[in-house]
Amino acid sequence: MTEVSYLEHGHSLKSWLLTTDHKRIAILYFLSITFFFFVGGAAAALIRIDLLTPEADLMSNEGYNRAFTLHGVIMVWFFLIPSIPNTFGNFLVPLMIGARDLAFPRLNLLSWYIYMLGGLFTLAVLVLGGVDTGWTFYTPLSSMFANGNVILAATAIFVVGFSSILTGLNFIVTVHRLRCPGMTWGRLPLFVWSIYATSLILVLATPVLSITLVLIAAERLFGVGVFNPALGGDPLLYQHLFWFYSHPAVYIMVLPALGVISELVTAAARKPVFGYRFVAGSSIAIAIIGFLVWGHHMFVAGQSMYASAVFSFLSLAVAVPSGIKVYNWTATLYKGHIALDPPFLFAMSFIGLFVVGGMTGLILAMLAVDVHVHDTYFVIAHFHYIMVGGTVSAYFGALHYWWPKMMGRWLPLVWGRLSAIFIFLGFNLTFFPQFILGYLGMPRRYHVYPAEFQTLHVLSSAGASVLGLAYLLPFTYLLYSLRHGEKAPPNPWGATGLEWTVPSPPPQHNFHELPTVDGPPYQYPVEPDAERETAHG
Amino acid sequence: MKVVAPLIAVWAALLALLGLTVGASLMLTGTPSLVVSLGIASAKAALIAWVYMQLRREGGLMRIMALGAAFWLLILLGYLALDYLTR
Ligand code: HEM
Ligand SMILES: [Cu+2]
Repeated sequence: MTEVSYLEHGHSLKSWLLTTDHKRIAILYFLSITFFFFVGGAAAALIRIDLLTPEADLMSNEGYNRAFTLHGVIMVWFFLIPSIPNTFGNFLVPLMIGARDLAFPRLNLLSWYIYMLGGLFTLAVLVLGGVDTGWTFYTPLSSMFANGNVILAATAIFVVGFSSILTGLNFIVTVHRLRCPGMTWGRLPLFVWSIYATSLILVLATPVLSITLVLIAAERLFGVGVFNPALGGDPLLYQHLFWFYSHPAVYIMVLPALGVISELVTAAARKPVFGYRFVAGSSIAIAIIGFLVWGHHMFVAGQSMYASAVFSFLSLAVAVPSGIKVYNWTATLYKGHIALDPPFLFAMSFIGLFVVGGMTGLILAMLAVDVHVHDTYFVIAHFHYIMVGGTVSAYFGALHYWWPKMMGRWLPLVWGRLSAIFIFLGFNLTFFPQFILGYLGMPRRYHVYPAEFQTLHVLSSAGASVLGLAYLLPFTYLLYSLRHGEKAPPNPWGATGLEWTVPSPPPQHNFHELPTVDGPPYQYPVEPDAERETAHG
Repeated sequence: MKVVAPLIAVWAALLALLGLTVGASLMLTGTPSLVVSLGIASAKAALIAWVYMQLRREGGLMRIMALGAAFWLLILLGYLALDYLTR
């Protein structure tokens, strides 16, 4: 039983670049996504520095537009959308369902190459001077007036979309066809349910974005009248099409995080999850209802009142399945024997920040209130609470929780706890002031502002520097642990799930013999492997 | 030949429908033209899904998935219409 781990199986560059092992592809994604996270972060740093004073002192107006556009494009398409599915989903889905790989291993590798190609296009946009339309590419600005590299940026997003579609397809087929004996749908880990729901959205929504980008290119290059009223088009049509993709896409960004939190919370509470069926079903419900609410981005854009009323109601409805999850996590924690390990601290900050983000979403979905706060920093704060406070916290929580499994090394728990706390504090200091700013009338996408807003902006920028350093921290001690960390046992946290039954790091083909499942999931408590005690920091 | 025959038949049917589209666009205008051309287009799409995309050989799950995709398109177009028709 001395099988070599997937990390040991070949050390050449070629053995990595031509691998079809889902675990190695997960690592390739992890490295490239981390790179883009820091490029997008650098753009955010420029924005926050410029906003320290009411005047335009760091960047020109044009430069500022380019900075926030690049920030949005990179963070949405090159970090958040692929983040959890393509790293942890890739690594864990086969392990969790008792399979040796995804259904289409070579397609999986192709997805990564397509992602990288899209990434190269994005870097080309950056080098050639950027693009200034905002990540939303609203027409007629993008199709008629913008003078940046619109076509190149649209190409980048078009290309990376195929990576999303192929990954989604791969997960769907894998979950349908490769579950091991006894792994019925009612026994799937909740993380797999959330990845499955996410994949449905990836496959159904992404093509609409691709088509929309092609239409922009057609109008911009050939004057085909689709969105431009002067050519007989309709600008609002663009917003319909864009948000038909992009609202579901915000659930692409948060659903995998919800799945991660379900795993972290049960492992921390050492109790069976409360209401398994509801937590699993709510992922599917979110995926479906998420397709019915896009009009809440157009309440003040000239959409009909009737349509707005319907979209407003449906937007309130989408909060119900999210609420179910939060209540069930709370019930799971109730009377649990909670270990204050780093993954749990990240999970707790996820829950708190996700609730604030979700509740302010409800505020935005009220027709009359939205007239006041639309296109202000209130909206910015809303979606950063969910996408950064929520998803990025879950991403780091997942990184800490599964790091021993992926790398076979323990991480320093004290440092893990510290960075969870600093990320939480830095995040709130950055984004809470933005709710107030927005409510007071500070519009988004402006870098010159009235002097009375300066205090809040300075607070926000100060928070951003704490947050930036706090994000760097895990990368230092995780890298350190690769060389100096203690070897991790198969099940260091005492968690349920097939991924914890194999050695850390897992062997190349995951399972010596395919496992058989004969009971419901989350049969806690489980004793952690003995080695854990010595590793406790 | 047994495999190819239905493919060719469907191809011929698609060409015939294409002819119908062209004919209808010459004869009709306004709403009737729109309804007819969308109807013909749906028939073409259904033929392609059923024969070329092999849905006729697939089981229930695959057909439900395909219907789901059509339903999604309906959501997009339906809610779009909700806005446009009530403005
Ligand atoms: C409880 C469910 C949610 C509701 C009811 C909701 C509601 C809203 C509303 C009404 C707006 C438009 C505000 C405006 O422009 O005036 C908005 C904007 C936004 N929301 Fe949410 N939201 C919810 C969840 C989420 C989630 C889960 C995410 C991300 C993972 C998210 C990301 C965004 C983004 C990116 C925008 C603004 C995009 C832009 O204009 O550039 N929302 N939300
Ligand atoms: Cu939305």
